[in-house]
Amino acid sequence: MTKGLTKINLVALTFGFAFLYVPILILVFFSFNESRLVNVWGGFSVKWYGELFQNEDLLQAAWISLLLAAAASTLSVILGTVAGFVMARFTSFRGRTLFSGMIYAPLVMPEVITGLSLLLLFVSIDWGRGLGTMIIAHTSFCMSYVAVVVQSRLVSFDRSIEEAAQDLGATPFKTFFVITLPVIAPALVSGWLLSFTLSLDNVVITSFTSGPGWDTLPVKIFSAVKLGVKPEINALSTIMIAIVAIGVVTASIVQKRAMVERQRAERMAAAAND
Amino acid sequence: MNTASAARVPFEPWNDPKAKPYIRIVNVTKTFGDFVAVDNMNLDIYQREFFSLLGPSGCGKTTLLRMLAGFERPTSGRIELDGVDMSTVPPYERPVNMMFQSYALFPHMTVEENIAFGLRQDGVPKEERNRRVEEMLTLVQLTKFGKRKPHQLSGGQRQRVALARSLVKKPKMLLLDEPLGALDKKLREQTQFELMNIQEQVGITFVIVTHDQEEAMTVSSRIAVMNHGRIAQVATPTEIYEYPNSRYVAEFIGDVNVFEGRLSDVAPDHVVITSAEAGTQVYVDRGTSAALGATVWVAVRPEKLDVSLTAPEQPDFNCVKGTVWDIGYLGNLTIYHVRLADGKKVTAAVANRTRLRDRPITWNDEVYLSWAADSAVVLVS
Repeated sequence: MTKGLTKINLVALTFGFAFLYVPILILVFFSFNESRLVNVWGGFSVKWYGELFQNEDLLQAAWISLLLAAAASTLSVILGTVAGFVMARFTSFRGRTLFSGMIYAPLVMPEVITGLSLLLLFVSIDWGRGLGTMIIAHTSFCMSYVAVVVQSRLVSFDRSIEEAAQDLGATPFKTFFVITLPVIAPALVSGWLLSFTLSLDNVVITSFTSGPGWDTLPVKIFSAVKLGVKPEINALSTIMIAIVAIGVVTASIVQKRAMVERQRAERMAAAAND
Repeated sequence: MNTASAARVPFEPWNDPKAKPYIRIVNVTKTFGDFVAVDNMNLDIYQREFFSLLGPSGCGKTTLLRMLAGFERPTSGRIELDGVDMSTVPPYERPVNMMFQSYALFPHMTVEENIAFGLRQDGVPKEERNRRVEEMLTLVQLTKFGKRKPHQLSGGQRQRVALARSLVKKPKMLLLDEPLGALDKKLREQTQFELMNIQEQVGITFVIVTHDQEEAMTVSSRIAVMNHGRIAQVATPTEIYEYPNSRYVAEFIGDVNVFEGRLSDVAPDHVVITSAEAGTQVYVDRGTSAALGATVWVAVRPEKLDVSLTAPEQPDFNCVKGTVWDIGYLGNLTIYHVRLADGKKVTAAVANRTRLRDRPITWNDEVYLSWAADSAVVLVS
């Protein structure tokens, strides 16, 4: 029994990681390229980063993307929590299977169809396309993810703490806000983050539902690339990768710290009990 | 009032015709679909009682407790508390608190916040709230742990926080759902006594649900033994143990030897049962409601049996003969499993009062098991 790497494991691991990360590394590498040509190395430079921050157009798109992602994920958390709550708590009402199926459907629905149908809806009710329609469109697919996260959290939720709150004098309404919500808050946060990332990189549905002047960053990148990849885009992508990486690493460090702290406290309690 | 003389007056409001029941459960039925969880139940509980609902799982005891708390509504019947019909009052408006089996502490609040939660709901001012929380922490000996979160406490400490939280509002009745079920044996026994002391200190009526008969015997003023949604017997621990009213109760509480027989002599102060199963006549110095010739059962507790190698003075009555089949040495007691001539097994428990015996009884010995006239109970159902 060996826990170290055998040769075959090492090869498999290398290929696996290479497959995942070589394209990204190449992108990052060329974002520091002096040359305008993407695939020819012309020396180290950060000039594309500088140009990026001169590019009003891209900055505007980035701002729209963040605004849209924040609004859509907040709305998704509210609606998704309600939907997840109903699915977890009301387990036997007429049409429940249909209802839960309809909540999951957007997860597997081709984005082209979702986008097209939303476009048709907005056109038919004559709603001018802009940030509002994009928020609605993004919420419509993000809330399904939140609903799934919240539902699975509530399934393992100890209902007796809600009963205890009511027993001590809190109305069911108040119990939801002072007991249930704080306890499931981590699920809401992760649902929000998930929605945020999904919204941030969505291209297809966004293209269908955005109006002129409301291009998001991914849409901008997508259309820019059609005219040839500029090193600026590489720089922009590198920044996005950095933001996501920092976010993920921070979240996992925070979680790990909380776990270690908790274990320490439990050991202390166990020792006090002896 | 003179406390010394008051202490000598036994606490038995159920025997006092003038005493008014504090909690009245009147014709309460609760069904879930086709399943009848509680079946037309009537029960009176008096103020300051420590009342146990005892029974196997699925006997309806938890459903009854949840109806008292307000989490379930009776399908029919009514529940009165201190003269007020509670049947339709929601849990958050009842002057009743509950201690949950899982303790149900709020994980995102400290111990102090947990205990203060109920007072906060009632809008108790901050100074009084702090004072009462402090009082409760002292009562359950957790003054140093107020700032901790529930996950930083041991099982026993959590149990005491749950108790403090449910007592802080001074409810008219405290409901306890298997309160000691999650503790290990030693801690449980110790906590039983703590619970009794606390109940005496706060003077609140306790209703406890348990499946642990020892726990019920230890803490209760009275026990209701339940079976399939009905009450089999309500009585003090002593009565339940010594004078069970049915085979179900006798067998549920402790160990018992039961012999089937026929009433062959009935008098107001004694009965005689002829039991083919035991191969003896049984003389019991209490009357019975059954008629001459009826089939009845005689119940004798193992510790009431005397095990002897020689025949007792009156071998015709209350004496069976058999072979020692198995011996269990428990330290304080020795358990003998004795096989009678017809194959029936009888259990006898003998206290080991001395270390050495003149002649220890051993496997395959022929022994006589005998008991006194006041030791057996006649059961008609």
